[in-house]
Amino acid sequence: MSKKNWPLWEIFIRSKQGLNHKHVGSLHAADAEMALENARDVYTRRQEGVSIWVVESEHITASNPEDADAFYEPANDKVYRHPTFYDLPDNVKHI
Amino acid sequence: MKENLLKYTLHLADNALILGHRLSEWCGHGPVLEQDIALTNIALDLVGQARNLYQYAAEISGDGKTEDDFPYLRKENEFRNVLLTEYPNEDFAYTIVRQFLYDSYNFYFYNELKNSSDKRLAAIAEKSLKEITYHLRFSSEWMIRLGDGTEVSHEKMQNALEDLYPFWGELVQAEDYETALLAFGVSVDLNKIKPGIEAKVKEIMEKATLKLPEISWFQSGGKKGHHTEQLGFILTDLQYLQRTYPGAEW
Repeated sequence: MSKKNWPLWEIFIRSKQGLNHKHVGSLHAADAEMALENARDVYTRRQEGVSIWVVESEHITASNPEDADAFYEPANDKVYRHPTFYDLPDNVKHI
Repeated sequence: MKENLLKYTLHLADNALILGHRLSEWCGHGPVLEQDIALTNIALDLVGQARNLYQYAAEISGDGKTEDDFPYLRKENEFRNVLLTEYPNEDFAYTIVRQFLYDSYNFYFYNELKNSSDKRLAAIAEKSLKEITYHLRFSSEWMIRLGDGTEVSHEKMQNALEDLYPFWGELVQAEDYETALLAFGVSVDLNKIKPGIEAKVKEIMEKATLKLPEISWFQSGGKKGHHTEQLGFILTDLQYLQRTYPGAEW
């Protein structure tokens, strides 16, 4: 019998209609269908969500923390890219 | 009528409680964390359903009884759960086969119970059905996954099926209180739901490449209060506190 562990899956949950799916954690499952059911049991027991996405962790390509300088530093002194010079009306929210 | 309705309600409640208790024994012992939580979730669903039914039973009996009196203070021979629900967990294969045999019955049963002329039972059925639909999905998936899995998993599932199937017949065999309530449209007509259950079982067995044992005689007695020795052990755990410290509250 194979002792190989089940692959790891990243779980994303949409808490309400209209909001984004948000990463909530990860779990082990043999395939996508099982990952969905496990996610339902592990992450939505307290009504946390209305929709679940599962992605096998190995399919995620992540940036390397060592590259942080080259990746993010150059944006620091380019304030003109931020729309911070506009006055927003009070009743515009979520910006 | 009242006596039969009480027996019937307790039969339904005891099914849910005893199977829920069995599943709760997996808590902290599941093969992996995710399945540990899944089994415990189902256990909680079932105990919740049992509570709704015991509350109704307390109202029917109307002699100052509360929902707690039924699970904690009755003797073995007053429990009316089917024998299948008290069968020990053994291993994950037995637990899944027991769950599937029960869920496939339970799904069609509650689907019909929601049309009961007894408004309260119908409402409880409606509420429970969403949970039961998920239970059936969960156990069906695992039947197929393990039955049609490796050589070892297939053999374990087939063995469990050989041992558990003899308890299936009782699910669809009406007891006298069920038959009596049928005339009032209260109880579920088991003959009516039997073909649906059989078709579902057959479908999943085929997908799982498992073979239903060919037997002509089924175990029964639980609905009457005649149990296997297993129920005694369950109640020893379940009732310990109330038996040792009567009336204890916390």
